Amino acid sequence: MTHLPYCLAAWLFAVGMYGIVTSRNMVHLIICLTVVQSSTYALLLAIGFRANAVAPIFADIKPGTPAVDPVVQALMLTDIVVEVTVTALLLGLAVLAHQQTGKLDPRELGVLRG
Amino acid sequence: MMWLQALILLMVAAGGLGVVVTRDPLNQAVAASFYGILLGLMFFLFHAPDVALSQITVGALALPLMILLALAKIRKREQETQEENRKPEADGQRE
Amino acid sequence: MSAGTRIAMFVLSCAAFTALYIAALCGLSPIGQVHGWAAQYGDAINRMSVPALHITDAVTAVNFEFRGFDTLGEEFIMAVSVLGAALLLRKHPDQGSGPPQDKAAGRKISRPGDAVRVLTVGLVGPVTLFGIYIVVHGQLTPGGGFQGGVILASAPLLIYLAGEFGSLQQVAPRWLAEVGEAVGAGGYAVIGAVSLAVGLPFLANYLPPGRVGDLFSGGIVALIDVTVGLEVAGGLLLLLLVFLEEALTRRP
Repeated sequence: MTHLPYCLAAWLFAVGMYGIVTSRNMVHLIICLTVVQSSTYALLLAIGFRANAVAPIFADIKPGTPAVDPVVQALMLTDIVVEVTVTALLLGLAVLAHQQTGKLDPRELGVLRG
Repeated sequence: MMWLQALILLMVAAGGLGVVVTRDPLNQAVAASFYGILLGLMFFLFHAPDVALSQITVGALALPLMILLALAKIRKREQETQEENRKPEADGQRE
Repeated sequence: MSAGTRIAMFVLSCAAFTALYIAALCGLSPIGQVHGWAAQYGDAINRMSVPALHITDAVTAVNFEFRGFDTLGEEFIMAVSVLGAALLLRKHPDQGSGPPQDKAAGRKISRPGDAVRVLTVGLVGPVTLFGIYIVVHGQLTPGGGFQGGVILASAPLLIYLAGEFGSLQQVAPRWLAEVGEAVGAGGYAVIGAVSLAVGLPFLANYLPPGRVGDLFSGGIVALIDVTVGLEVAGGLLLLLLVFLEEALTRRP
């Protein structure tokens, strides 16, 4: 349990990369990219965690009680919302590539043409 | 509390594997939505409520929506090309 | 490079990565036991957030006050990707557009059932109110501009689920989403520029902190929450409209 979140981060990264490398459909590839991105969330979460601490919201507890690190949570929060717009951009690219070539297999797309 | 955190970490690992192993994108959208909810639960159990709120709204709502819309467009385009390929054959048969 | 070579390279680099990672893991302290200089920044923010700024949500304080400039950068990343997606899916000169085609070829149009319509139309008001609540209470409870903006963007989606694409276009036309997103993104930068005009550094707090637990506390953080919520809602709504237009109305 002491090092389990770090192992989870490495596992998610490796599994997502395996999905990207052996993918045969571009939309499947893009979703595997979101799995790789969630491995960074697991890593940041593990870095910021403090044992026997509470959430860093001081609305009803006294300021000064030991709380979890808020800096890494701030990093993860904006990243999650920005990730979905970047995924939408990638999906737009996939739709356009399918429109031009009619194929969705990343191995068959070949050389980019102007 | 610690065993609950260990359990959710194992479930997230299994969920990630499940998302990658599902090959059909339509099924994968549903798997990604479920994986998003699992991640939100993990953030909640590790004392990060802000991040859990963000993940649940985005990962269970906006992300599968974008995937489904892209798939709808791709499927429509495939149907249109199939109709175009079928029309010249019909003309050839009529002649 | 063939597929087999690619997979062999992947397995080799994965093995090297695993070896390096395990070596690094042995030097890490177990989770939850970070001490010393690595934990000082987070502890300092937790200690200072309420007395100095009267903000009870430390994560929002970090996002919009201590690290406000980074959040401005992230917000512009989002605006640029929405711009990119809208640009990619624009109408080509050899494409026409017709009325929305909500069905797959060969299937009849099925109206949504009565239960779906009642539920979705009934939920539009509460969801919008909830989104505004989450946006405005960002500095008091978990929430903020980003989460509330996503919830606000899902309210017009409920209208689309209840009816057709035409009703969504009447309620949330494209120019509204564009204007909302632009006002939100520009508003954040303008708020920072006003600090420059007053004589402080960019994005420094120049409004009074207010009382702890008040709705308008924390100085400019309350204003920044609203602009970020507007931008995120406008951006996601624009993405939704662009994708739906592309999927439903374009003809070759």
